[in-house]
Amino acid sequence: MAKILIKQGRIIDPANERDDIGSVFVADGKIVSVLTEPEGFVADEVIDAEGKVICPGFIDLSTRLREPGHSRKGTFKSETAAAASAGVTSLCLQPDTKPVIDTPAVAELIKELAQKAHYPQVYPIAALTQGLEGNELSSMLSLKQAGCIAVGNASRPISNLLILRRAMEYAASHDLVFMCRPNDYWLGNQGCAHEGAFATRYGLPGIPDTAETIAVDQYLELAVLTGCQVHFGQISCRRAVIKIQQAQKYGMQVTADVAIHQLHLTEEDMVPFDSAYHVLPPFRTAKDKEYLRQGLAGGIIGCICSDHQPHDLDAKLGAFPETEPGISALETLLPLTLKLVSQHAITLEQGVAALTQTPAVILGLKAGALTPGFAADICIFDPDLQWRVDSENWRSKGVNTPFWGGYLTGRVTETLQAGRLIYQLSASQSRSKA
Amino acid sequence: MSNLQLTEDGKLKHFLTVEGLSQNLLAEILDTAESFVGGAGQKIKKVPLLRGKTIVNLFFENSTRTRTTFELAANRLSADVLSMSIATSSTAKGESLLDTIRNLEAMFVDMFVVRHNISGSAHFIAQHSAPHISVINAGDGQHAHPTQAMLDVFTIRQMKKDFAKLRVAIIGDILHSRVARSQIQALNILGVAEVRVIAPKTLLPAHVETLGVGVSHNLHEGLQDIDVIIMLRLQKERMTTALLPSEAEYFKCFGLTESKLKIAKPDAIVMHPGPINRGVEIDSKVADGVQSVILRQVSNGIAVRMAIMSMAMQPLGAA
Repeated sequence: MAKILIKQGRIIDPANERDDIGSVFVADGKIVSVLTEPEGFVADEVIDAEGKVICPGFIDLSTRLREPGHSRKGTFKSETAAAASAGVTSLCLQPDTKPVIDTPAVAELIKELAQKAHYPQVYPIAALTQGLEGNELSSMLSLKQAGCIAVGNASRPISNLLILRRAMEYAASHDLVFMCRPNDYWLGNQGCAHEGAFATRYGLPGIPDTAETIAVDQYLELAVLTGCQVHFGQISCRRAVIKIQQAQKYGMQVTADVAIHQLHLTEEDMVPFDSAYHVLPPFRTAKDKEYLRQGLAGGIIGCICSDHQPHDLDAKLGAFPETEPGISALETLLPLTLKLVSQHAITLEQGVAALTQTPAVILGLKAGALTPGFAADICIFDPDLQWRVDSENWRSKGVNTPFWGGYLTGRVTETLQAGRLIYQLSASQSRSKA
Repeated sequence: MSNLQLTEDGKLKHFLTVEGLSQNLLAEILDTAESFVGGAGQKIKKVPLLRGKTIVNLFFENSTRTRTTFELAANRLSADVLSMSIATSSTAKGESLLDTIRNLEAMFVDMFVVRHNISGSAHFIAQHSAPHISVINAGDGQHAHPTQAMLDVFTIRQMKKDFAKLRVAIIGDILHSRVARSQIQALNILGVAEVRVIAPKTLLPAHVETLGVGVSHNLHEGLQDIDVIIMLRLQKERMTTALLPSEAEYFKCFGLTESKLKIAKPDAIVMHPGPINRGVEIDSKVADGVQSVILRQVSNGIAVRMAIMSMAMQPLGAA
């Protein structure tokens, strides 16, 4: 395979505590050296990274590609292409595909689809229970052997705590991380907005933050009982951050992520009855957002995920409570993370670490770092390039985002996965620098 | 929000919610309604304001009174009226709602009067209808029922004159009530001294005070100094969903009886958007008593709806 020289960018590699201007050297799909040119290195291809940032490829802990099962909303081809253009080189696929990822055959099918699409690495998350129905254990070991990286129950409830306990015990027996989205289904009351001033004003069924915090408590208690490694996905409220912080203080190995949009929007930003804002967990209060940001800065929440959920137009066309929740979020992941940096909520290093190093550690992947010998999963981005969120610049099949039509700053220019250039921003778009 | 229902020069185009409307506009609606009140008592009840216009009542949820008063109001404005009751399951998609609207649009309809069991439906229809069509919200889910609120404040104005001095209590299932939400907004825009909601916590939405109301969980305490008492209907399903233990216990705590009515000001009026559950939220003696204006509300419903329909059609007719 080719030798690639990525020339003279700002290299940010939190895993190796690196923030230097210099070059990265890639050969045979691997990183061979950083800063120092290896002896006799003759590049077949040179990527000029001047004025840009070179960092490890992003690892997204929660994504829906909508295939198999919902190809009207998105396909492996469209959504992994969107991921590549977002700098994502590895992503975890939630198990609520159709069929559900609860048999090795489905996991293998997904691996096959991913190979055909030829874009980022796709890691299926195995269903914790059969059919995600919350009643019977899935064949977790077989699923792990078929390539599943963790277990989870997507957003579906487990029928009772005894079953949850056993599922977590079984997952722990096979060293599988349990990736849960904490939400008590019954307290959630099939709501569609945060139980607060906005839901009250517009007569929308509300989801209290307590639906999340009670679930966090239950998972924490069961983590103690079962020894299962728990990762909390898509945390949305202040008190969940506090509970996770306390657990970490007591020495528990619990980790967490937050969906990028939760770090920017609150119920106050919602446009009444605009289904682009219909997301679960719902946008909460300004105070919650502030704590999520602090939790990220303080390392309590280690990762940022996209929680990418593309939809077809019809899914979002209706009265707000009847529309499907979710945001097409891969392509705004980087610019919204950079916005946190420009707002001084986190440093650039922290932002990159939350997208690379920390998720790699949680998943046990040899990735998320520019370490010689590692696969050359690399993202190169222009931190100052302004672009408009519109169909010209969009790859996902889902255009369901509250940021649609707006301008964002920061754009991926090249993405390499195992040394393969899986994305390059067209020259004309690069030049349209504001 | 308000942009959607107003034209560029601030005239009413749709009537979807009271929220965001000015005191002047509400007063204009009330004044216009006043001019139609006489009409109902006269021999010739019709005015030719909307002659040649076609109004479709789209009722996705059952209603007798609201639909009837909308029909009468449209008839008295000389419009052609078509009333459709469309059975809908909770799983019905926006697509089919949109298809219904598109089909009716193709028949050269001028106005939709919409009732739907999902919050935001009227907004959705207003956003997706052809530009010449006016949409009147006749109740959407738990969100708004603005024409009901307007006829209620109209009735209050008839009985009480000065809003600034009034203390109004709304009693019962605030959580599920689109009527209460619209009433609270209308009363606050018109500048009443106080709106107070009285209900057990299970029937109050979270942070209800953000709507601009005082809160009481006790009817005895809550009725002190009250000029206007608005009782809300209690749905039977509140018992099966663990919001309340029983009708009997509810009546004991929050039912309006003659003795409890005495706690309020002596000239307090009693209102109810109907249909009333006698012996559940209100005692028959109170409902039929001298302080009750419940039937007056029903009569006023026609005049107020005539006012709103004619005002919403005006900017379009002029264009």
